[in-house]
Amino acid sequence: MADRSEASAFLRGMRDGAPFLLVVLPFGMVYGVIATEAGLSLAEVLGFSVLVIAGASQIAALQLMVEGAPAAVVLATALAINLRMAMYSAAIAPHLGGLPLGWRALVAYFLVDQTYARSALEYDRQAGMSLGQKAAYFLGMAMPVCLPWYFTTAAGALMGAGLPPGWGLDFAVPITFLAVVAPMLRTPAHWAAAVTSVVLALALWAVPFSLGLLIAACMAMAVGAAVESMQETRATR
Amino acid sequence: MGYSTAEIWMIILALGVGTFLIRFSFLGLPGRLRWPPLALRLLRYTPVAVIPGMVAPLVIWPAATDGTLDAPRMAAAVATLAVGLWRGSLLWAILAGAGTLALLLWLTG
Repeated sequence: MADRSEASAFLRGMRDGAPFLLVVLPFGMVYGVIATEAGLSLAEVLGFSVLVIAGASQIAALQLMVEGAPAAVVLATALAINLRMAMYSAAIAPHLGGLPLGWRALVAYFLVDQTYARSALEYDRQAGMSLGQKAAYFLGMAMPVCLPWYFTTAAGALMGAGLPPGWGLDFAVPITFLAVVAPMLRTPAHWAAAVTSVVLALALWAVPFSLGLLIAACMAMAVGAAVESMQETRATR
Repeated sequence: MGYSTAEIWMIILALGVGTFLIRFSFLGLPGRLRWPPLALRLLRYTPVAVIPGMVAPLVIWPAATDGTLDAPRMAAAVATLAVGLWRGSLLWAILAGAGTLALLLWLTG
């Protein structure tokens, strides 16, 4: 990682990840507050954040624990929400799969929605990046996206219920996801996939264990790929 | 909460290990594995296939209003999407969404 171009890729990753702080800060604090209200200790709140780093599944697990669901259901539901990350793993593997095992494990640990989506966009735009530059960019992005998650959840836990509910902090998650996805909607195929995802996720909302989202996502991927193929066929005709 | 401290830590550990294994799954396979073109074509659409489906229920049935449609939150979502499409910039999209939400919640306070 001593190469100058890798150092600059790391810094570029940090810079490109910095805007996500606007999201990680409120989201982490909200999670800390919710978890403390649910009765978790500071150590338990931090345990979740350090070992899991996946806000949506952490909140889902908490909710089910408060409702008294059996541990197996808590785990199955939270892991079902995180299954989408297997797709991220598959999508990032062609870019970072050449790294040594320890580095791949580190990348896997930091593979969250934002680091994946923004890095994938960068690898798409900058075609000539080397393996080292790609890895440095990804890990640079993990610094502002993942590390503050620990501290903000701890801060939220310490603040307890002191946050005012009228600020609309609950909506930080949808706003960040929309901001991530909008710049990706560059082609009709991307649009078709996104619309399919929305329609099917809503239609299949009642399917247990968040499986509706997974089904919707698989169908949306197929639609995106199909539209791309159709356009290719039309272009070559 | 009905769970003991030991049970809570078991859940945290199991969720942590399970989530890591999901993230490591494909990265853990031999690094030089070649992907068939169809797989690569499908995977190109993973973010736009997963994230909109995650967001849609949160926008249409926000937890903060007990699942009823909420004008400020809907307007904030539209503003985020519109500015994100227009500028292609994450930061401007977030600022537009957060600003819209703050303004409308204050106005409708």
